[in-house]
Amino acid sequence: MGEVIVVTSGKGGVGKTTTTANVGTGLAKLDKKVALIDTDIGLRNLDVVMGLENRIVYNLVDVVEGNCTIKKALIKDKRYPNLYLMPSAQTRDKSAVTPEQMKQLCEQLKKEFDYVIMDCPAGIEQGFKNAIAGADRALVVTTPEVSAVRDADRIIGLLEASEMARTDLIVNRLRSDMVNRGDMMSSSDVVDILAIDLIGVVPDDENIVIATNNGEPLVGDNSLAGQAYMNICRRIIGEEVPFLDLNPKKGFFSRLFGR
Amino acid sequence: MSLMDLFRKKPSSGNNAKSRLQLALVADRTGCSPEIMEKIKNDIITVLSKYVEIDTEGLDINITQTQSENGQGNVPALYANIPIKELRRHE
Repeated sequence: MGEVIVVTSGKGGVGKTTTTANVGTGLAKLDKKVALIDTDIGLRNLDVVMGLENRIVYNLVDVVEGNCTIKKALIKDKRYPNLYLMPSAQTRDKSAVTPEQMKQLCEQLKKEFDYVIMDCPAGIEQGFKNAIAGADRALVVTTPEVSAVRDADRIIGLLEASEMARTDLIVNRLRSDMVNRGDMMSSSDVVDILAIDLIGVVPDDENIVIATNNGEPLVGDNSLAGQAYMNICRRIIGEEVPFLDLNPKKGFFSRLFGR
Repeated sequence: MSLMDLFRKKPSSGNNAKSRLQLALVADRTGCSPEIMEKIKNDIITVLSKYVEIDTEGLDINITQTQSENGQGNVPALYANIPIKELRRHE
């Protein structure tokens, strides 16, 4: 029986979809059978981030309404033997699906897959309730900004109220240069405030933008973000992995001039 | 910017963010606005002042999250640190 993980944040634009794409791809690279589900009905995104936008025929709403089988709506990612994506519907809205239907879908998918990763929409309304309904655990994504952390706190409260068995924190887009000079909260500041377990810290890395432009998740490559995402995947499957040193290596000249 | 500003250490914005957030979240989590906190604080001062002299400058009253005694997750708790200057003697 597999595990359903919801990736959520409250605030928009903090990296839920990027995290879903990278964690899902990373788990597939670790030989797990993975299904990614885009639950953001009306604002479809995960397909373009994954580079699978040209292969959509059926979507989540088609499955829920019984217009096609689950199998038909799952796009196979040809780059990895065991990675699949169920895209969201672009022309419908959140009310097209109920939490009960999502629960049933998750139960079905868990029989087939090791991990089912749900990309949750921003906000705390029906889309959020749909996305968490069938989830066994949650990854809360935040950036070290007051707005994102405040929303994350609200989301954590709602996850607790809905008796989510496990909730872990990902601090995304950390800039160690700014943390070092005191102009950004550190990941431990954020953990102090939110008081949940930290499962990963992802640096602000321009390689993420490039990877998204190309529709190829960078998890597992040599970039700092790629390594950080792979470490998160390893922690998800239960490995003990030390946290990365996010300070970029300094070259000879910058060390010489103390910059 | 004057020359002296170059030498004066600015308070770091990261710490400012953290402390602002901590205050905002106390209000969010408990549904207790800073205004009500202020009233609670003033009432506590009034009551205690009948018996002891309080250092109102060093007074710290907050609602924080704490582990509940029966292990049912976090519950709000009123935390108060009230320095006493002098006990009033009653004849």
